[in-house]
Amino acid sequence: MVNRFIAFFGKHLDRQLMILVIILLVMGLLILFSASGGSYERIAAQLVNISIALVLMWIAANIPLHHLASVALPLYAFGLVLLIAVKLVGLEVNGAQRWLDLGFARVQPSELMKIAVPMMLAWYFDRYEAVLSFSNFVVATILVVVPVMLIASQPDLGTSLLVAVAGFYVLFLAGLSMRLLIGTGLVGLASLPFLWSAMHDYQRQRVMTLLDPMQDPLGAGYHTIQSTIAMGSGGLLGKGWLNGTQSHLEFLPERSTDFIFAVYGEEFGLLGNLVLIILFMLLIGRGLVIAANAPTLFARLLAGGVTLTFFTYVFVNMGMVGGLLPVVGVPLPLISYGGTSLVTLMFGIGLLMSIRTHRRLVQT
Amino acid sequence: MRRTVELRDHQRELHVFQFRLTVAAVIAAVVFLILFSRLFYLQVLQHDYYQLLAEKNRVNIVPVVPHRGVILDRNGVTLASNFAAYTLEITPNQVSDIDALIEELSGLVQITPKDLRRFRKMLDEEPDFSSIPIRTRLNDEEVAHFAVHQYRIKGAQINARLIRHYPNAEVASHVVGYIGRLSESEFEGLKNEGRAYNYTKSDYIGKVGLEQYYEQDLRGVTGYEHVETDANGHSIRTLRSILPVSGNNLLLAMDVRLQQIAEEAFGDYRGSLVAIEPETGGVLAFVSRPGFDPNLFVEGIDPTHWTALNESPDHPLNNRALQGVYPPGSTYKPFMALAGLELGIRTPEYSISDPGYFTLGGRGHVFRDWKAGGHGIVDMHKAIVESCDTYFYELAQDMGIDMIHDFIAQFGLGRRTGIDIAGEVSGLLPSRDWKKRRFGQRWYVGDTISIGIGQGYNLVTPLQLASATAILASGGQVFRPHLVQHIQNAQTNELETIEPDPIAQVPLQPRFLDLVREAMVDVTRPGGTAAWAGAGAKYAFAGKTGTAQVIGLKGQEYDEDAIDERHRDHALFIAFAPAEAPKIALALLVENGGHGSTTAAPIARKVIDYYLLGIEPKTPAPRVVRTESESG
Repeated sequence: MVNRFIAFFGKHLDRQLMILVIILLVMGLLILFSASGGSYERIAAQLVNISIALVLMWIAANIPLHHLASVALPLYAFGLVLLIAVKLVGLEVNGAQRWLDLGFARVQPSELMKIAVPMMLAWYFDRYEAVLSFSNFVVATILVVVPVMLIASQPDLGTSLLVAVAGFYVLFLAGLSMRLLIGTGLVGLASLPFLWSAMHDYQRQRVMTLLDPMQDPLGAGYHTIQSTIAMGSGGLLGKGWLNGTQSHLEFLPERSTDFIFAVYGEEFGLLGNLVLIILFMLLIGRGLVIAANAPTLFARLLAGGVTLTFFTYVFVNMGMVGGLLPVVGVPLPLISYGGTSLVTLMFGIGLLMSIRTHRRLVQT
Repeated sequence: MRRTVELRDHQRELHVFQFRLTVAAVIAAVVFLILFSRLFYLQVLQHDYYQLLAEKNRVNIVPVVPHRGVILDRNGVTLASNFAAYTLEITPNQVSDIDALIEELSGLVQITPKDLRRFRKMLDEEPDFSSIPIRTRLNDEEVAHFAVHQYRIKGAQINARLIRHYPNAEVASHVVGYIGRLSESEFEGLKNEGRAYNYTKSDYIGKVGLEQYYEQDLRGVTGYEHVETDANGHSIRTLRSILPVSGNNLLLAMDVRLQQIAEEAFGDYRGSLVAIEPETGGVLAFVSRPGFDPNLFVEGIDPTHWTALNESPDHPLNNRALQGVYPPGSTYKPFMALAGLELGIRTPEYSISDPGYFTLGGRGHVFRDWKAGGHGIVDMHKAIVESCDTYFYELAQDMGIDMIHDFIAQFGLGRRTGIDIAGEVSGLLPSRDWKKRRFGQRWYVGDTISIGIGQGYNLVTPLQLASATAILASGGQVFRPHLVQHIQNAQTNELETIEPDPIAQVPLQPRFLDLVREAMVDVTRPGGTAAWAGAGAKYAFAGKTGTAQVIGLKGQEYDEDAIDERHRDHALFIAFAPAEAPKIALALLVENGGHGSTTAAPIARKVIDYYLLGIEPKTPAPRVVRTESESG
């Protein structure tokens, strides 16, 4: 009976991914307990987030591949409509329009686009499989740029970058010309001065502070300085769980959310960091293997895009805490406190599982 | 042939994909290597350096809240100030058992559940090393009591903090507004605007009224102290401090005594009054009755008071002057008269014979005059003095909606005035376009007729009506009404004048203006609709009564006494004086006050008597509280 139950619920769950996800989630809860100063309320709240995310992951894992492909276009169109609705009738919360009030709940359509954009591109390229031409890449680029611009104008720079990156990965994996890639990169570099002049003051300040955090030790540089001190003072073996002085003396801001990695680094040291990085590498590696063995072009591109987006989260957050990248609001996947990105990321992992476990069922 | 190409492309694309995936994997590995190197650099190579920094990272940065600017009226009477009060505070990281400490403290001073809730909330949000208030406003006895026992209490201390205070409580509460604790969403908003650096999460921010509109001026700039602490987080000494910059003071155009007389004059009536200085656009009085005590909100309002304010049928939190919309009624007539004269539709001499009603198109719908039997022979002057409806029905018909709309629009009715507090509504000046957009219907001539006497679709706020009256009084000069006259720099005492110049000029001919003004003066003289209120005035008192219907009565006689109080008509009055060179222009509305002449006009008289002649009303209003504000 129990076995049948497990067999039913576990049929589409990839064991290796599942084990990695659970290890990371448990580690996240332990670090959160320390970062929040031993708050059981925070743990309880995060457990609720995790439960919701696990359910969504399971649902994603159980959607057959051909169904996934058929919802790509409607999902993308729906997301785009929502983004435009946000623009027109969105809730203005604090000068940024990101939310849509549906009456019973508020939704942030930009979060949906993190999945919908790579899915849409994968579906689009899949349609033109074997006859891909340059014009397909132009169309695909437009499919990425439109939602990215809409999100960037909310303004929500962090999310728009993640959506752009997700779209870019699919373009890259589909075979976007290397020459074009390098050319665009050069154009991008040349347009930096214009981008600079179009940025908000606070965004400029973040960039300036990245180059020299000491320039503004009280303001924008404060996060970076405090997180590197916490990290550096952790040393090789760390100060031990619940013993991080920097985090517990409250020098470290946002230590439950975006900067939770600094708490971890202080308490568990370089060795702990190595373990965490290896766990993330294993998870990403597993995702890439699933992508490489996926049965259709759609599944390949989607799996590749989702995995690399996950990778981007990890390295942007770790780079930010380590003082290599500017402070942008990107959480550490599966570890940071908060529900929104957790749900999106776990849904993505669910898609990977679906691609993995439905491959034998698809006729080729 | 085609098939082989496809197959080859399949293969090729698969190869491209797998090659690219490998590239991505290699890049990811390299990125992780870089990350790891960076962490190795921080945690191994630079470990000693950061260890030292962490040891030295005993320097807490403690924000120093700036003095918030004060708000003063034109005579220097304080409307909002700060006073130093003793606050009992707890520094969490010096305390092992906070609950036990609170238990102990509550034996010494009274700590209410509300105090505790606030404390718990701040405990979550604030860093452990900061001092978190558990009780504010301790009296001398409580301070003394605590001081005796202080030697055995660790982690709690008494500090002097500045607390916002509104000494005149309800007076001008809708203008001044209030401050309150920063909410989560407000803090996010400050972040997006790049102003969050100036606030801590437990700070105060202006929520309503001038406190909100001028937040950036009043706030000042937060200072910082670098406080060295020992390993347990106890302060040892201050290493360096960046002084806060005090916020700027607001000097209002308002006369608080005038404001108070106006408020008292309403008695128990609900309503609103706005008085404007026509030469400057400065707001002399801005009344919305009933008001509320803004002091209740400063430390967070308790549920009992909140429920009482929020659920009162009188809606004391609504700013009626800014947000209440009403038909202007007969106060619309002077503007209609000017329109008729300026546009050449009427001459001053043109007269009608008023039978007491107007019939559209000779035999269509009948529009009744308020006076059964009519006013006899009526020219423009008499039409205003006696408020003859028939005259203006006909005028409206002859002008048509487009002319009316375009002319009246110059006086700003149906449009936000741009006054310096937030939340203003626009009201409605009906037009052909509007009706098309709103109802998808064309405009009928019948719609125009009642527009002529300020009924129909017309909706204005008391503020708009006052502003329009000021424009009329000043001979067409349009100012953006403003409550604040000067912003005083707290450092240099320099004054910055707000909106010193008119923003537009309505072209009006002096002879037509004179005619309307004279007629309005005669409104308050024997034979006029407000003769009673004008009796004995020692200046030329120009006014116009008005009535706004609350419910439509079909064919019934309107019997004031027989009608439920809340269904009675709203009484309106506009006025300016002295008519030849107006110093004050006002509009007021008494909700359910019946006719304008009985309830509304006497209020205007009291206000103008005080403003021009310094005459106090017979039943004296209590004097405003004068306090020494701590910063001036």
